[in-house]
Amino acid sequence: MKYAEILHRCFRCGYCKLPGNYIDFNCSAYAAFRFETYSPGGRMWLLRAWLDEKIEPSRRFQEILFSCTACGNCVEQCVLTKIKDELLLAFTAGKEALVCEGKVPPPVRDCLTKLQNYGNPYGFTRKKRTAWTVGTGIEAFSDQEFLFFPGDVGAFDSRGQEIARSVATLLNRVGVTFGILGDQEVSDGNETNAMGESELFRLLAEENIKHFNELNVKKIITLSPHGFNALKNEYPKLGGTYEVFHYTQILAAHTGSLSFENDLPEISVTYHDPCYLGRHNWEYGSARKILASLTGVKAREMDRSMQNALCCGGGGGNLFTDILGKGPESPAQNRVLEALGTGADILAVSCPTCAVMLGDAVKSTNLDKRIQVREISEIINDRLK
Amino acid sequence: MYRKDKFMKQIYDILLEIVGPGFVSDAQEEKYIYSMDPGTMPACEPDIVVMPGSTDEVQKIVQAANTYRVPLVPLGAGLVLSGLSRALKGGIVMDMKRMNRVLEINELSRYALVEAGTSQGMLQAYLRKHFPNLKHSAPDAPPAATVAGNVCIHGSGHMSHAGGFHSDMLNGLEVVLPTGEVVRIGSCATSPYWFARAPLPDLSGLFLGWAGTTGVITKLSIKLYPNYPLNDVSVFVCEDASIIPDILYQITGTQVAEDVTTWMTPKPDWAAGFFHCNVNYGAKTKKELIWKRNLIRSAVESYIDAKTGGFLPLPSMMKQRFLEVPARQLSLFADVRKGGGFEYVGAIMPVELFPKAYDLGLDIADRLGVSYSMGCRIIGINHSMMFFYAYAFNRADPDDVARAQSALEETNKKVLDLGGIPWKAEAPAQKEILRKMDPNMVDLMGRVRSILDPNHVMNPGNWEEDR
Repeated sequence: MKYAEILHRCFRCGYCKLPGNYIDFNCSAYAAFRFETYSPGGRMWLLRAWLDEKIEPSRRFQEILFSCTACGNCVEQCVLTKIKDELLLAFTAGKEALVCEGKVPPPVRDCLTKLQNYGNPYGFTRKKRTAWTVGTGIEAFSDQEFLFFPGDVGAFDSRGQEIARSVATLLNRVGVTFGILGDQEVSDGNETNAMGESELFRLLAEENIKHFNELNVKKIITLSPHGFNALKNEYPKLGGTYEVFHYTQILAAHTGSLSFENDLPEISVTYHDPCYLGRHNWEYGSARKILASLTGVKAREMDRSMQNALCCGGGGGNLFTDILGKGPESPAQNRVLEALGTGADILAVSCPTCAVMLGDAVKSTNLDKRIQVREISEIINDRLK
Repeated sequence: MYRKDKFMKQIYDILLEIVGPGFVSDAQEEKYIYSMDPGTMPACEPDIVVMPGSTDEVQKIVQAANTYRVPLVPLGAGLVLSGLSRALKGGIVMDMKRMNRVLEINELSRYALVEAGTSQGMLQAYLRKHFPNLKHSAPDAPPAATVAGNVCIHGSGHMSHAGGFHSDMLNGLEVVLPTGEVVRIGSCATSPYWFARAPLPDLSGLFLGWAGTTGVITKLSIKLYPNYPLNDVSVFVCEDASIIPDILYQITGTQVAEDVTTWMTPKPDWAAGFFHCNVNYGAKTKKELIWKRNLIRSAVESYIDAKTGGFLPLPSMMKQRFLEVPARQLSLFADVRKGGGFEYVGAIMPVELFPKAYDLGLDIADRLGVSYSMGCRIIGINHSMMFFYAYAFNRADPDDVARAQSALEETNKKVLDLGGIPWKAEAPAQKEILRKMDPNMVDLMGRVRSILDPNHVMNPGNWEEDR
């Protein structure tokens, strides 16, 4: 297993379980399950024990590893500077070793099978990838400035589709020209990679890269921070180098050109940093810049924000595998309560995965009359003249 | 002795009924991880790990353990490094960290009432957010360490010069006795306020320093201190161990500091061979801060005049590190041998033993070839010190682990010979202490324990003589 040499170097001091301000637990798997085994330190020692044949790769062991959302809090907080950057890589390598042995939880197996057979984790046919564009006039990419990459959640999930349409509408309104790959697009592979299926990730990425290159794509706007991470950081290793933007970065540069209604009631908004924009790519400013530019919007910060943000629980494939679960200890419900605690009316998101996870948590806790989960472009669109 | 083969399934089902699904496990993964802590003590596997969410659940778990005579081991963060929360005789490990609510802050009487699983970091963050003018005495342990665990082991921290051991800062307890009764101790036994242990008979000692063998603490109240807006540290440096007790005596005599520590380390090179006395203090105003700084300096002026020591000019980055609570830097010592481990022998002893305690550690580290760091924290106004010996090891190298373990054992024995007492002693060191102890105290401990825990279910294997 790759990175096996760092596993025993973890002291299990527990900084990785907390945010930088120590206010609450911040490892989403540990916060949900509370057994030490689910903490990053626990995973390190369990992986070592498995390699030393002290424990079997049981179903529970598999679930412990695959409950990791790859949120990166452990990397952010670990005090061991010589190994911290390799923590997530070690967990992914552990998952990869299990994948190679065919010992993964059934939901992971099913998800990977769908990705293999259909090129997406939903198991939908490729033709349905463009369903979200019906009635929008969005065109296939030809020679526009940008390629818009909605990703799996934006293309297939009903909530993701709403967000994709909202973002695309706003991009059109501010004059950004873009097209899409349509049914040629396959999964960006970010979650596939995080689940340890590196070979399948390579196949998916190479297919997207092939189409990008055939169409002479230079600049890409992603809907999902997960896709942003894959295209920006992983695709170049496979020969696919492009200028990659998350849509909030583009919108942040254009909101000045928009006209807003003046007499809308004031709303208070708290912004949830998605892990793959924040900790993975240090992008904390664009969404906040957009919110700050909207009149009548009062921004409030949660205790766990920016590099200390709590993950929604959907990363590492958990949106599809649901290994983290949806109970009262789930990170999504935990996060919604934290947002509610700020007094905000709206929990703002810039990731379709976060929107689905947190939106479901609001509904399941019957808090939908007290707080709404709204995506950034939706908040803008609500206030346009 | 309980019959695990016979009863364990029944016990598991009872625990499942008490805490609900998801918070009890007899899986190999939990048994493995909860069998050890980050120190060198050998693994001891529990049969079940359970995580209660309330005092009521703790009570029911204790009652179940009594019914089936199953060992029960309460666990905080498991960061003690001396294996006190290993299930030496099997049974149930009870992880308390779900009980982590801050229940009350009394600002004017300066106390905090917390559940036993509350971490140092969470209390610190809670105070910073809601009561920024208050702080608690945080130990040098990582922020995941629990408040209750550190009080139980007579820990010390960043207010120990001002307030003594963390057990001295205790105002009251809620405890589930080994037989299942819930007892309140301190003012909270007769008043709605958790403000002091006086003036009632002080029964808190029945639960402090006993390594979880006399009951399960579920709530506790601790003293809080002013959190000043301005903070500074002065570092006195000298090369002569023999003058350190007087240096500490003079500095602590000013009574203006919050924390006084001394540290010695062979790495980095610039620090080798020197004794560094860190004196931390805070103030409301700059004028007050300067006054305190000058008072501390004047206390050791004769040594400065004689050029036997002086205050270190501190670069801003180093000052920030010395003021950081807890100091993240300390956990880096675990990676000195690229192996994720260090043993930490604390020894409580009179301050005049400092030179001998230092020589002792140096001799052991040299002879056994272990990487070390040493130092001490002053408790009270030089009333005693917690002298620490930290030995790094590589947990992937059994020989290195054995070396650190030998250093630990030898240090414990030599500390006892010197007149000190090993702190949070691991089970073998507890036996060494018992051999040295007044036999009547040993007998009294046994009688107290038999009364409190007639079925001998609480963390058995600790504080037990060789039979």
